[in-house]
Amino acid sequence: MKTISHSFSYGLLALSLLLFLTLGLPAQAQESPYFITYDHYLEEPGSLEVEYFSNFATQRGGRNFDAYWIELEYGATAWWTTELYLDGQTTFGDSTIFTGFRLENRFRLLNSEHLINPVLYVEYEQISEADKIMKEVEGHDVEADHAAPNAILRQGHNHELDVKLLLSSTRNGWNFAVNPLATKPLTGGDPWEFGYALGLSRPLALKASATRCSFCRENFVAGIEMYGGLGDRPSFGLWQTSQYLAPVVAWNLPSNWTLRLSPGFGLNNNSHQFLLRWGVSREFSGFGSTVASWFGGRR
Amino acid sequence: MIRSAVADGVALILAASLLAGTADAQAGNSAAENPAKSVYAELGKVPAKASARRNPLESDPEAVAAGAKLFEQHCAECHGANADGGKKGPSLRAEAVQQAMPGTLFWLLTNGVVRKGMPVWSRLPEPQRWQLVSYIKSLGISQTPPKQ
Repeated sequence: MKTISHSFSYGLLALSLLLFLTLGLPAQAQESPYFITYDHYLEEPGSLEVEYFSNFATQRGGRNFDAYWIELEYGATAWWTTELYLDGQTTFGDSTIFTGFRLENRFRLLNSEHLINPVLYVEYEQISEADKIMKEVEGHDVEADHAAPNAILRQGHNHELDVKLLLSSTRNGWNFAVNPLATKPLTGGDPWEFGYALGLSRPLALKASATRCSFCRENFVAGIEMYGGLGDRPSFGLWQTSQYLAPVVAWNLPSNWTLRLSPGFGLNNNSHQFLLRWGVSREFSGFGSTVASWFGGRR
Repeated sequence: MIRSAVADGVALILAASLLAGTADAQAGNSAAENPAKSVYAELGKVPAKASARRNPLESDPEAVAAGAKLFEQHCAECHGANADGGKKGPSLRAEAVQQAMPGTLFWLLTNGVVRKGMPVWSRLPEPQRWQLVSYIKSLGISQTPPKQ
């Protein structure tokens, strides 16, 4: 019970932070529904998106858990987005712990729209082995990795460099994205690990209605994503990997909040049987110029 | 050792993102000072075939109202609530914009002017981009000089 209340407190804290930041800044919302896959759209320049995500998972051979992260995503330019992640998790009947941080940068490689739009993704992460947000499933990551108690898992630390090539195309309202990924542990001499994510999504309506509305079909984006590991350099392939399939839906509210929901299903015996991800986010346009004005800069 | 390297990395990214943002803002400012040379010149770079596209929603009675809603959500922050120029974006009621072909505006919305701070808006479905074009074209030429 105590751990559940801890988990709830973290969520409440995140929502309070979001509400605080809501004051006084304009916002815009038009977000993709994906949790794992990235499309080629970056944060608008000067905008800050504040996000809270949760990942509940069933665990065989251990205790179910709820991992969560706060994501601060800033559009430095129209071709560069930079992000900070703060991760934590609650393992039910065990404990609630902070598990580390990630720094992520995405660079748009082409100036205009093409049939396939490439974006380079580079991330540094410093996390403990108790990190369970499963933002990237790579190498030979399997369900059993999460079975040990937090006291044991948190003793192991990962310093990793993740590189992804985000390939994405949007036609007739449909977005299709493919994200191959490679991860290099920076300590310990472990080999490169590989993984992938695929996403397909579409708004429920392509035309906007003339009035502000919460339940208009164009406010909903639905789709599906699939992701998993592809082994490592000595043993590339699907052997001893986990794979997931997850329907996704996002609801972009006219009040500038976005809610996302995704039940996920493991596709083999190495995978968690069930995941439930949800997230809430708000985007603040003009954040950069507002901060600049605090320091006497031009607003 | 690793911690100090990470701290250096964070500082470097923060400084670089602020610098990059400043550089983009300066590009936007110089555009406002001499629009014919920069921002509005982008209108002339649109491929002729793209400019020749007709707005499929030009006879849709709701297109302008829907476009106004989309403009408020996605464009007003940079281009101003009345589209006559804002913090970062030029006036869309300038003669050059208002006299541009609908297909030209649609192409610029779709592709952005990424190196000058205008993001791509292909994340909005095609009908919504045409609704935005309908709204922008409905505004007419501003009688006051562009802001900034």
